[in-house]
Amino acid sequence: MIIIDVYQTPHTRKTLNCKPLKSHHFRDRKEWADIEPVPQDDGPSPVVKIAYSEKFTDVYNYFRAVLKNDEKSERAFSLTAEAIELNAANYTVWHYRRVLLQALHKDLREEMKYITAIIEDQPKNYQVWHHRRMVVEWLNDPSEELDFIADILSQDAKNYHAWQHRQWVIQAYNLWDGELEYVEQLLEEDVRNNSAWNQRHFVISHTTGYSEPAVLDREVQYTIEQVRKAPHNESAWNYLKGILQDRGISAYTGLLEQVQELQKANSSPYLMAFLVDIYEDMLESGGTSQEDTLNKVIELCELLAREKDTIRREYWRYVACSLQNKFGTSRGATIVNKLLFN
Amino acid sequence: MEEEVVTPLRCFGEHHKSELFTDDNVKTVTSVEQKKVECSVQEVLNMFQENHKIPQPTLLREQHYVYLKRGLRYLSDAYECLDASRPWLCYWILHSLELLDKPVPASISSDVCQFLARCQCPTGGFAGGPGQQAHLAPTYAAVNALCIIGTEEAYSVIDRQKLLEFLYSVKQPDGSFVMHVGGEVDVRSAYCAAAVASLTNIITPTLFEGTPGWIVSCQNWEGGLGGVPGLEAHGGYTFCGTAAMVILGKEDMLDLKSLLRWVVSRQMRFEGGFQGRCNKLVDGCYSFWQAGLLPLLHRALYKEGDPMLSQSSWMFEQQALQEYILLCCQNPAGGLVDKPGKSRDFYHTCYCLSGLSIAQHFGGHDFHLELIIGNDDNRLEPTHPVYNICPEKVTQAFEHFRKLPVPAQREGAGNTSNPS
Repeated sequence: MIIIDVYQTPHTRKTLNCKPLKSHHFRDRKEWADIEPVPQDDGPSPVVKIAYSEKFTDVYNYFRAVLKNDEKSERAFSLTAEAIELNAANYTVWHYRRVLLQALHKDLREEMKYITAIIEDQPKNYQVWHHRRMVVEWLNDPSEELDFIADILSQDAKNYHAWQHRQWVIQAYNLWDGELEYVEQLLEEDVRNNSAWNQRHFVISHTTGYSEPAVLDREVQYTIEQVRKAPHNESAWNYLKGILQDRGISAYTGLLEQVQELQKANSSPYLMAFLVDIYEDMLESGGTSQEDTLNKVIELCELLAREKDTIRREYWRYVACSLQNKFGTSRGATIVNKLLFN
Repeated sequence: MEEEVVTPLRCFGEHHKSELFTDDNVKTVTSVEQKKVECSVQEVLNMFQENHKIPQPTLLREQHYVYLKRGLRYLSDAYECLDASRPWLCYWILHSLELLDKPVPASISSDVCQFLARCQCPTGGFAGGPGQQAHLAPTYAAVNALCIIGTEEAYSVIDRQKLLEFLYSVKQPDGSFVMHVGGEVDVRSAYCAAAVASLTNIITPTLFEGTPGWIVSCQNWEGGLGGVPGLEAHGGYTFCGTAAMVILGKEDMLDLKSLLRWVVSRQMRFEGGFQGRCNKLVDGCYSFWQAGLLPLLHRALYKEGDPMLSQSSWMFEQQALQEYILLCCQNPAGGLVDKPGKSRDFYHTCYCLSGLSIAQHFGGHDFHLELIIGNDDNRLEPTHPVYNICPEKVTQAFEHFRKLPVPAQREGAGNTSNPS
């Protein structure tokens, strides 16, 4: 059975099952004989009762004991590793491990090796990434991070935790250099990697910004180039809109014409939606031929609703009605009504 | 002889194949994965058509009921990885049962109350299991589960004073919340905090200071929200941020138009279900996290006086979503799944059913319209789009807790706001 944690996708854990020659349970270890294990207090009529393995029960009985006694020892530290291996999502164990790391003045370089291995094995877990962040902060040493994260991303280029950690480390330690190049490399590998497009926006908005015409032009041209190669890549179209919308998408010279040109050979529902956005912005900005623009955008919405993007029919009809309501004249309304409701 | 009028299914329409992914002859990991999923969905649809003369999707109520009923008591060792999320298991299962309108015997309800009481921490809030540390996620789940049970016993489990202290202990100066003391920040925490605080009536004037502004900073260039500012827009986080803003009455601080465009674009034209992020795969759980945004946005736009809102449907394809869930997300042995080929689990059971309910019920204050795909027996109970428990349970909880005073604010007590 594949189990998931909240917000995470399913993963299977493969553990090697080697039967030990004698029981390695804590309850049989001499060096733990001084401690009374603490069984879990589920009450007399448990609900959602998990059929824990003997090993699981044993380890956690001892963890509860150590927690209760607030024991800060080497053996407690080893115990946390065992508990983590059985359930890496137990945030209470991770928290205690951090308390021990500090109390015992443990070697944080060794801890980095440990957490590296755990993340490689279970990269979709919140606690492991948070733990790594804590260790990096304590060491005040981000030098391994970008390479490590790149390695994780080479296995799953969209791992949300990995990107979160990457953005954190770049921002906290000013590691912006080379990141745009990294993003471009990822986009070359998969131009549909939306996480990479987001990272592109992240880097640029925190460094040069989009106000500089040289930057904006470069980004617009880069994106149009990607759209030309793969017209049905939604990420590129979203990025184009994303970088232009604050300034007014219709304000960008020649864009409408470029898109209309693309429409001939490289049309897509995304291109049409982008045209809707340009026309809508033209209407918002006032100016000439409002009625003509309004008719065009309503026709486009209707084409999307009726044929090209039917899954969003309700939405495109709402857009058309809203624009008609806001910018329409009573004369135009009759035409629109005919178009939309016949 | 009466002829049953069967709604023609969208996924068997003659134009459905034109919705398949167009890769423009540019093969990448994304397009390859997407096409694989479409292929497996197509196979499921073909099988269904072959086995049913008249395609009428059926909700496997009894099978789901058996699966849920057992899970509420016993879980195999495969659930060891959720040992720090046991209140979640209570909530996912109880909510699924209430959607299916299946009763929970009073003795079990009482046992759940007592179990959750053992998960409550002396310092306030609830943990993933007895003896663990308090955490906002199991706190949200526990409070929701108790409100579903809705008895005096259930309500009285919650130590409101301590809960308030716990919320203050995880509150950050910038308006955000960490998930637990010494833990990570992301927008889920704001939702968990806002949901439990509003349901139990413990909101003080300062508790959510700065929170709406922080949530707004999570909205990005795509129109959706990321987990923290700067991150990619994601369905789960977008739901949490938006629902929190609705609870705090500040939804108009968000760019609702961009948010609307982003979320409607997340419905998959072929599969009918929703993806979590642009250019990623469909997943049954987003039937709630994503589709659940439409009722929230409808209400927010209505509040702003929008004259063009539909009076009969949400702004997503309700039929297509129902078809995806009923045809592609049901395990014949009970339970629901992410997509064909995936294993069942209680999380997906909860959120697929919640999404199905959202897709079946359109309503506001004065009106309620139902669109049930397949047999009328497929009808689920409505769910509240903010809290995701049944609306009557929300009303009942509000009524109960509003009779009690907001606990005295002891901001300094136990405030360990800086994570280690």
